[in-house]
Amino acid sequence: MARPKHDAGIDYELFLDCVHCGLCTSACPTYVELGDENDSPRGRIYLMRAVTDGRIDLDESVQKHLDLCLDCRACESACPSGVQYGKLIEPFRIHMEKTGTKPDNLSWLQKFLLYRFTPYAIRMRLALAPARVAQWTGLDTLMRKSGLLNLMPGSLRQMHAMLPPLKAHYGTMPEWLPAEGTRRARVALFTGCAADAFFPQTNLATARVLQKNGCDVWIPRKQVCCGALHYHAALEAPAKDFARQNLHAFLEHGTAGQSQPAGSANARPQAAWQDFDAIIVNAAGCGAMLKDYGHLFHDSPDADRAAIFAKKVKDISEFLIDLGPVAPTHPWKVKAAYHDACHLCHGQQIRKQPRQLLEMIPELQLVPLNESEICCGAAGSYNLTQPEMAERLGERKARNVLDTSADAVLSGNVGCLIQLGRYLREKKPGLTVAHPIDALWASYSGEPM
Amino acid sequence: MTTAVATPLAERMRAVVGPANVLSSPSDLLVYECDGFTIEKNQPDIVVFPTSTEQIVAIVKACHELGVPFVPRGAGTSLAGGCLPIGGGVMIALTRMKRILEVNYRDRYAIIEPGVVNLWLTNHLKPRGYHFAPDPSSQGACTIGGNVATNSGGPHTLKYGVTVNHVLGVELVLPDGQVVPTGGPVEDMPGYDLTGVIVGSEGTFGVASKVWVRITRNPEAYRTLLGVFETVDDATNTISDIIGAGIIPGALEMLDSLILQAVEAAFHFGFPLDAGAVLIMEVDGLDAGLDQDAERIIEIAKKNHAREVRKANTEAERLLLWKSRKQAFGAVGRLAPSYCTQDGVVPRTKLPAVLKFIQHVGVKYALKIANVFHAGDGNIHPILLFDERDPDQVKRVLSASNEILDECIRLGGSVTGEHGIGVEKIDFMPKLFAPDDLAMMLRLRNAFNPDGRCSPRKMLPTAGACIEQSKAGRHAAM
Repeated sequence: MARPKHDAGIDYELFLDCVHCGLCTSACPTYVELGDENDSPRGRIYLMRAVTDGRIDLDESVQKHLDLCLDCRACESACPSGVQYGKLIEPFRIHMEKTGTKPDNLSWLQKFLLYRFTPYAIRMRLALAPARVAQWTGLDTLMRKSGLLNLMPGSLRQMHAMLPPLKAHYGTMPEWLPAEGTRRARVALFTGCAADAFFPQTNLATARVLQKNGCDVWIPRKQVCCGALHYHAALEAPAKDFARQNLHAFLEHGTAGQSQPAGSANARPQAAWQDFDAIIVNAAGCGAMLKDYGHLFHDSPDADRAAIFAKKVKDISEFLIDLGPVAPTHPWKVKAAYHDACHLCHGQQIRKQPRQLLEMIPELQLVPLNESEICCGAAGSYNLTQPEMAERLGERKARNVLDTSADAVLSGNVGCLIQLGRYLREKKPGLTVAHPIDALWASYSGEPM
Repeated sequence: MTTAVATPLAERMRAVVGPANVLSSPSDLLVYECDGFTIEKNQPDIVVFPTSTEQIVAIVKACHELGVPFVPRGAGTSLAGGCLPIGGGVMIALTRMKRILEVNYRDRYAIIEPGVVNLWLTNHLKPRGYHFAPDPSSQGACTIGGNVATNSGGPHTLKYGVTVNHVLGVELVLPDGQVVPTGGPVEDMPGYDLTGVIVGSEGTFGVASKVWVRITRNPEAYRTLLGVFETVDDATNTISDIIGAGIIPGALEMLDSLILQAVEAAFHFGFPLDAGAVLIMEVDGLDAGLDQDAERIIEIAKKNHAREVRKANTEAERLLLWKSRKQAFGAVGRLAPSYCTQDGVVPRTKLPAVLKFIQHVGVKYALKIANVFHAGDGNIHPILLFDERDPDQVKRVLSASNEILDECIRLGGSVTGEHGIGVEKIDFMPKLFAPDDLAMMLRLRNAFNPDGRCSPRKMLPTAGACIEQSKAGRHAAM
């Protein structure tokens, strides 16, 4: 057969790890929805291998199946053979992007906003400012009701529909926050980009929870987006640029307190980055990406620094449970469900810790959520690139949440929180959608969430 | 099949189920060329996803008219090629018929569609404290339709029985389009036990479109023990002694030292890597009395020179232990590039003999063979490790597998406990059964499926069906 073989630079042994047992199929959200082997992990591996071998063409249909993958890694959790699915699909998608065969699912406006705005915390905050004002003044509701929203371009309307209720931004956090009581650890806080603009309260809560638990918190000024949004969209170069800036911000600028005039009122201790016990992140997607920096730079001069950085990254729940959290005291009488963000449970194997934190809150009753590990459909920019599947999975998640009759649903990732809010807001108006750390801080402080 | 047939076929199918429920492009069909058994491959001409019994009827009627073979498929986890579309034709993928239609807790049955995943049913019943008892290792992915076709087992079948003991009735679409309901919500209907005949027929009678299953109350409590032994012999003797003492454990599973290495690498349970074998022994039921049973089991294990017997102290520990066991096959992928899982059965008391034989075969063919199996019911799963890129190793694996299965027959057992015959073991049927027996089975099949259009050349070595000699290959979960 004269079909072209494709070389996506994938180590062929990685294909052979798959023994074709099919145990991954029912863990895959797209397979669970569609029931088509082509939309299962086993099927996608088979397709990629067949394209690599030149058995089939990389035609539109094959690309459609590969593009529909959420990259949620549920299959890796399910696979007993240890297939590294991410190391197959991601290079393969980059290959599709490079060969120009990847279908374009985004409008220019969406691309502009997604890749030029979202990753920049300040730009994003400014961009959301009108939306904030509109929500607070009731203009937003008025526009929705009057049909004025329909005058917006469709692609923008789609993004607008995702917006959660926006709370006031805290402004700028100090670069340094001291531990309360005896210092138990020194940490750096990664604040992210979109998360900070959409849910500023969560970063603030994270910093305060850390202080409360005896941590000095350093918030490096020069940190930027983790690069995940670009990386998962097969835009490798900008992703690496962001990652390099972060290495620099956290490692070379890691002498927090240098610029502080000695003897000032809140004098900060001089500390080099080596003295930091952890880099704390509260968004699952960012955390998985940051922990992957070692792999991202494995064949470059930055390899060693990236590995050091990656080793220090800890999800807030993981870090607190290891540290031994201070018990929260204010009760929150609520029936709550916890949704596992893919990049926490599959990406970082963090399942117990957020639940343990929630169960510490007095009077909070944690109820089991069926299919809690099935992706909610947010998956980074998937919401925009695959709106139909994102909606199916959003509705599926909403049904499962409603079945629990919980009055709160908690999840450790910004994308999930947006998606959960979007599909549950109207179905259950009183439902609280929040990050576990928001709940923990509320229970520490007695402040409303 | 030629493309000349495929075109009107595709039009007919699209008319029945709608274009969104038909796959016909070459790249879409490729992944349907094999299931968990990857040695033999063949693409169907078309894949259709019916969503109702009526659609299945229309599909098989069209096949009947056009003279096209068809084969039903669930999740495609068969390890015996049960879903291989021999002769191409129509593949009826039942994965979009996945509704749980009714659950009746008071009468203890559920009515479900064939595409429901085994574990989904149990998850659905969990809040009320019930489960579906057959729990094959692939239960997280395999469908009820496939369980019915192969009469699936699992670790807990020692006490609770296999699939046939938990299916009350089936709605079967015959190859000519007739819909035959058998059984129903009540047990022991008079007349011939048609449900019993259909369960385990490996798709050779028709397509199950609806299943009445028994649902089982969860045991009040469990005691799960891990016995560590210096030798495989001590472990197998313990098994016979436990059953001999009148204790019926919920499950009784053995893992040998080679498989322990793989499982430990995958799940980090804390298995002793220097042990000759371990037994997972579980008793369940009313809480009162379980401690006594557990004590008796410990005593029996100690009498058989157990190095130690550990208890799973928490539910989390118990679940990790079971996960380690259930995903053991896949974990073997970490020991060798390829492996072949065999599925033989011997009378329980013959376990020490067959395990010695397997050891001997391993030495004879210079192959590493790992063992993990349902010890309680004598269902062995030797896993032969090799590298499929070395033709000599492949040949040795093939010969070794055949010798082991022949020995199972000689010891009074059979060549499959739960994977089914499919295409993989069809050559063993004449060794297991006399020509008269096979002829009788064919007559039975013909009563349902006279033209052999449904699942052709499966299970029965019918005339003219020259299936290539099965070759050893990469197998995974059971």
